[in-house]
Amino acid sequence: MQTIWAETFYLILKSIIDLTIQKNKNMKNLKKMKNLKFLTAALVASSLFIGCSKDDDPQPVNEEEIITTMTVTLEPADGSADVILEFSDLDGDGPNEPEITDGLLAAGATYSGSIVLLNEAEEEAENITEEVEEENLEHQFFYTVGSGLDVTTSGENLDDEGNILGTMFTLTTGTVSSGELTFTLVHEPTKPNDGLESAGGEEDISVTFNVSVE
Amino acid sequence: MRNHALLVLLFSSITSLSQDCNNSLSGKVTDIHDGQLLTGVTLIVAETDQAVQTNLDGTYSFSNLCNATYYIQVSHPYCLTKGFTVKVSGDTNKSFKLEHHIEELNQITIDGKAYSDKSKTLLENSINQEYLERYSSGSLGDALKSLSGVSSLNTGNTVVKPMINGLHSSRVVIINNGVRMEDQDWGAEHAPNIDINSVSNLTVVKGAGALQYSGDAVGGVIVAESSKVPVKDSLYGKSLMTATTNGRGSALSSKLTKSYQNGWHATLQGSLKRFGDFKAPNYVLSNTGIFERSASLQVGFNRFDYGFEGYYSIYKNEIGILAASHLGGAQDQTRAIESAIPLTIEDFTYKIDKPKQDVSHHLARLKAFKRFNNFGKLSLQYDFQRNNRLEFDIRRGDDKEKPSVDLELDTHTVLLDLESELKDEMTLKSGLMTRYQNNFAAADTGVRRLIPDYQMYDIGVYFVADYQLSDQLLLEAGARYDYSYMDVFKFYKTSFWESRNYDQLLPEIVLEEFENQILTNPQLNFSNGSATLGANYTFGEDYKLFFNYSIASRAPNPSELFSEGLHHSASRIEIGDLRFNSEISHKVSLTLQGDDDNFSYSITPYINTVSDFIIIEPVEVRQTIRGSFQVWEYRQTDAQLLGVDVDASYAFTNNVRLNSQFSLVKGYDQTLDAPLIGMPPVNISNEIVYQNSEFNNIRLSLQSAYHFKQNDFPNNNFEVYVPQTETYQEVDISSTPNAYHLLNFNSNIDINIKQKSTLTVGLKITNLMNTSYRNYLNRLRHYADDLGRNFLFNIKINY
Repeated sequence: MQTIWAETFYLILKSIIDLTIQKNKNMKNLKKMKNLKFLTAALVASSLFIGCSKDDDPQPVNEEEIITTMTVTLEPADGSADVILEFSDLDGDGPNEPEITDGLLAAGATYSGSIVLLNEAEEEAENITEEVEEENLEHQFFYTVGSGLDVTTSGENLDDEGNILGTMFTLTTGTVSSGELTFTLVHEPTKPNDGLESAGGEEDISVTFNVSVE
Repeated sequence: MRNHALLVLLFSSITSLSQDCNNSLSGKVTDIHDGQLLTGVTLIVAETDQAVQTNLDGTYSFSNLCNATYYIQVSHPYCLTKGFTVKVSGDTNKSFKLEHHIEELNQITIDGKAYSDKSKTLLENSINQEYLERYSSGSLGDALKSLSGVSSLNTGNTVVKPMINGLHSSRVVIINNGVRMEDQDWGAEHAPNIDINSVSNLTVVKGAGALQYSGDAVGGVIVAESSKVPVKDSLYGKSLMTATTNGRGSALSSKLTKSYQNGWHATLQGSLKRFGDFKAPNYVLSNTGIFERSASLQVGFNRFDYGFEGYYSIYKNEIGILAASHLGGAQDQTRAIESAIPLTIEDFTYKIDKPKQDVSHHLARLKAFKRFNNFGKLSLQYDFQRNNRLEFDIRRGDDKEKPSVDLELDTHTVLLDLESELKDEMTLKSGLMTRYQNNFAAADTGVRRLIPDYQMYDIGVYFVADYQLSDQLLLEAGARYDYSYMDVFKFYKTSFWESRNYDQLLPEIVLEEFENQILTNPQLNFSNGSATLGANYTFGEDYKLFFNYSIASRAPNPSELFSEGLHHSASRIEIGDLRFNSEISHKVSLTLQGDDDNFSYSITPYINTVSDFIIIEPVEVRQTIRGSFQVWEYRQTDAQLLGVDVDASYAFTNNVRLNSQFSLVKGYDQTLDAPLIGMPPVNISNEIVYQNSEFNNIRLSLQSAYHFKQNDFPNNNFEVYVPQTETYQEVDISSTPNAYHLLNFNSNIDINIKQKSTLTVGLKITNLMNTSYRNYLNRLRHYADDLGRNFLFNIKINY
């Protein structure tokens, strides 16, 4: 397409230039020549353009960046079974509702948490956490604990400049309670910051789980 | 030519004897280009040596002529002298036409219209070159909104989309040098791809009456034209430079024209604009820089009876989008709206980072015309446009440097137009248009296509006739028919396809099913009729009344038909409907124009009723992994827009003048009985101008512009759960900003450097008081204030 373009333009320009030169040589024939040449150029140009359309069916676009699934694994310090919180929404911004798996924690326990992000929309599920960790300066996870829930959190892993990245964290439970636990991943936050309110940037993830401590 | 005429004069002295010689011959002399009456034209009857001049009305009269054939020489200082043979029989009326060349060089201005009427029964508002030059560093939209009834839909201060009587985007047709701009104009954040410095005259027709251009201009038509080149040996040009304090940038533009007496001409024009981050009164608007480049070449041959022209222009624009407006879901949006200042403010930089737009537009045009005696002027035009639109978002990983949107829109158009003068009182414009358009959305963006791949074929026929019924009354009527066929390849999400029941309703258009997507092939046809009927009545010495009724039909645009997913720059999910039909508008407008010695005014009330008006409105809030998003769906409804535009100008003395403007528009969704979103608030502007042509053409002006608060708006607010506060919070996306008042100062003075060169130096200050304000029609108003004070220094050299 590009080359046909270039050629056509060349053709048009050349015919204009030719005409200019010819004008001086051959004033008498100019009128006829000019009309003829111009029309030819125009016709050739239009047939060329219209002649080349794309016949192939377009290919589907696989969304590369989308995060469909977030899995939070909470590993208790006492060696008992892991607690898994999961949010999964395979059609992304489509109309289907997401599937959410909430969790049950033990009172007075310490968990080391890790977050895994996946893109399951691609044929081979892609691990997005790796990308986030590579671009640690541009990302940060925030944890918001609902008022009813007696839990404290702190980000564990740091970015290359010593500020919190937070794909790994520690969660300590207090007394029996229940409430919301929200994970927010911000892209390009102001770092360091005093929390989500002033961090700016754009939310790549904002997911809330209902968590009970028993 | 003059010699030729004299020769004919010498050899045609046939006198008739013994006849009744008390006849008179009278009529008028007009410019063949635009019908303008010519004054001071000398007419000589060869046989009798009688000579008269046309008076101020362009009329002349000879008396004491016999019933015979006379040869009359008609001459004017700015026209080529012509000879005519006239048969006198009784009192005879005969009008003449001369080719009146526009003297552009060295600003010799003569009375007369350099640009032809676009519609004869709709008041046209025009912006001339001198005025446009004051906006040299801005955009087309900035200049246009200085007209009454024209406002702009902005995305920040660099994406400025013109809006006519409350309508914009696909409803406003832009004609650039005779070519309809096809540059993905459906998007609210897509500005027209025209360099303001390549335009010499801008005309706005507030209605669909100009059927020669299109039948779907529900809002109106904007016509940008470059200047006409005189048929004489000449070389002239101009250069403009503007430097501004806000944005710390400058704009450069130069234009050079070479013309020959034999009709050949060439014009080369180029512009360059570069600005860094702009500033609101209290903070830097981070990532709002712009880098615009454009160039055009025009080569042509122009004789009175035939001519041709080749034109090519390239326009490239890189625009930064306010960093603080880049958001995830509704929780993000709430924070950004609630914050008094943008959440991202960085130091000034020239760097344009993501999010940004990078758009290029090629336009090539070949045009030829020939005038045939007793038939008219026939023109044939072929034009090609290629619009390439790249939009970059803040992305992650390997996709960082990839655009999220990569669209290439190619358009080929062939136009055949005939302008014929059927009688002295009647002209007929008719024509045929064929168009082929191909949109290609690149697959390697890693983001689902916002606009699908499609091919579109259009064909249109039109005629517009006007009839001068009497000296006072002119009637105009026209009709147009357009047919378009769209062949679309669209991927739908399987979940969406099924949720809409399309799998039951439209199974025949499915081509292929993929894992979670479906490829469909919708083939759409639209048949659109449009018509116009109008009158233009002159009464008293100074009054004119325009009346126009126009019907326009617009086919839904690709975004209204095929949107399905997250629209990042609007932070919402948008859903179209491929079953939409065309919207049809009926607009009636009336203008009273008065032009006294020192007071001129025009008042234009109008009413525009649109059936199947396509609007987008919120329907629900959807939870995604990125938080909640509002879902906006397109819907067809019946709408009505009414308003009035007023212009007035009063000259206190020869040098001091007051210009005033007032615009009001109200828009309602008649089905819901609710106001339409995004209607411009009432605004009033008053400008006091001092101009003295005897003192270096000095011009000083102070303008006061008052924009009221828009009180009529639909409530589209929604509630979203914010985990941080554990409350449902209202996301206020509907409230309108407060009224504001801006003062602008403008001054310029001419300095003659040489006989043929003039230097014009100017200083302009916008937002003189450094007022903090937000504009309802700025899509980023939720996130930041508008521009603060700006000093613009400009220098222009004419040579």
